[in-house]
Amino acid sequence: MAARPSVRQGGADVTGPQETDTAALRARYPDVFARPASARLAMPVMIVAAFAILVYGLVDLDFSPSRFVAGLSQLGWISLMMIPPDPGSSLPIYLKALGETLSIALLGTTLAALFALPISLLAARNVVPSKLLRFPVRRFLDSIRGIDTLIWALVWINVVGLGPFAGVLAIAVSDFGAFGKLFSEAIEGADQKQVEGIRASGGSALHEIRFGLLPQVLPVIAGQVLYFIESNTRSATIIGIVGAGGIGLQLAEQIRVLEWQKVSFLILMILVAVAAIDFVSGKLRFAIIGRRAVA
Amino acid sequence: MTVAVSILPEQQLAVLNAAYRQAVARRRWRLLFGAVVFAAALCLAAIGAEVNLRTLFAHYGNFISYFDRILTLDSGQRVWTDVGEWLWGWRKWLRMLGETLLISYVGTLIGATFAFCLNFLAAENTSPAPWLRFTMRRLLEFARTVPGIVFALIFVIAFGLGPMAGVLAIAIHSTGALGKLFSEIVENADMKPVEGVRSTGASWLSCMRFAILPQVTAGYASYALLRFEINVREASVMGFVGAGGIGQELVVAIRKFYYSDVSAILLTIIVTVFIIDISTGWLRGRLFGKEART
Repeated sequence: MAARPSVRQGGADVTGPQETDTAALRARYPDVFARPASARLAMPVMIVAAFAILVYGLVDLDFSPSRFVAGLSQLGWISLMMIPPDPGSSLPIYLKALGETLSIALLGTTLAALFALPISLLAARNVVPSKLLRFPVRRFLDSIRGIDTLIWALVWINVVGLGPFAGVLAIAVSDFGAFGKLFSEAIEGADQKQVEGIRASGGSALHEIRFGLLPQVLPVIAGQVLYFIESNTRSATIIGIVGAGGIGLQLAEQIRVLEWQKVSFLILMILVAVAAIDFVSGKLRFAIIGRRAVA
Repeated sequence: MTVAVSILPEQQLAVLNAAYRQAVARRRWRLLFGAVVFAAALCLAAIGAEVNLRTLFAHYGNFISYFDRILTLDSGQRVWTDVGEWLWGWRKWLRMLGETLLISYVGTLIGATFAFCLNFLAAENTSPAPWLRFTMRRLLEFARTVPGIVFALIFVIAFGLGPMAGVLAIAIHSTGALGKLFSEIVENADMKPVEGVRSTGASWLSCMRFAILPQVTAGYASYALLRFEINVREASVMGFVGAGGIGQELVVAIRKFYYSDVSAILLTIIVTVFIIDISTGWLRGRLFGKEART
């Protein structure tokens, strides 16, 4: 320890190898060693700002530690009461509700895809060059997408009444927005050479779409539809919470009457069903389009 | 070498033609079979979901007239003729919207922090032990497969009504979803820096800090922003089960048939989602350049 200061005092010719290295490096890469204060401070300032908003949020949303701890212990009780999962005598009802959920997902997604396909052609740059027509179509799709499936479910319940049919329509409408965007992106990514070929041979605009575009985009679209059926199984499990049929209805009811064993059984059922759908649709997707086409 | 196209003798040609037809026919049959199975599944689903086209046709007018009604003020005029009357509760709604945004912000940040802590344990190439990786993955899977609103329902009972339940539900769901995406980014990271750091005798933690982290931060931030966008939408419905935010106002307006309020609240939600979409897109572009957009 004592030797170190003496070396430092000794002047330039006795500096350790490390220090000369640093000096040389400092001279060679000034932009690494002497970054402007704004660049050096940007990251810490952003992190501090992010956490300041977090703290403000915690205060504003009434996050008192005592409430948190009380809630946690309550949650612990609830988890204990959930074991073991037990359907009681209502297993047939639950299985029927699960079937309903799967039906909602399948029908809703198919309907959405059927309606989205023609609209997505209108929103694609290479099919409709006029920005005037494309812009409103896109904003229309965006606004449909901006509204959550649950809100659509509430709206449809007002129209066709409580029950799974409202769920089908809710999923169909909200996915219509998502599909319209995804499909039009797929269409824009398609190769234009085929379309030009059809045009060169004298085909009409409809021929161009049918023989030039669709063969390219159909596999991509099929992959996306399958993927959405999968993710809609998840959405369909919850729209029952607002009364639009399926297993969510049972789940919400059992949670409200504090039948925790039934709740955990229902959650397990949802997990298994989603895993099964994941597996099947993954297999199908690879069979249709190969492994790499869908991100 | 002859350049002329050689025409095969009849017999050989017939064999090839037959093989071709057979191959095409098999594909057609398979397609037909798939279509039939799909149609059957649809019919079955239609029965299961109690689809009743008669109700739809009897009530489709309701759908149009619903939009007609929510776009009409109590005075019978169109909403846009009297914007002040239409958006009468804008102060309250803006406050609720602010709460919604805050719920999704806090939820996303907590979720992202947890996902950040856990993802190194879940990734194939950095996990210290296989059993740890297995448990981590199942845990994250559980957190993202159970829908956020189900967590909210349970948390409302445990933590009481209010935004706390919503924040925690969103945080758990985000942990699951982001944990998976983050660990996928880590799996794609270059392992050479890790070897370099480990060769200096560094611990596992230092390897993560100095070799992995600099490679993956941009990807993390990009996904977290995307998640924030999704969570804003999710937070807008958390109020349906009593977990705070604008959804509470909306569900009251829908259930009590305050028609013009429904459209006004929907409008504010859509506008907010637009603004968030656009600004996070802009922020992503600013921070990471175009190619980091997902």
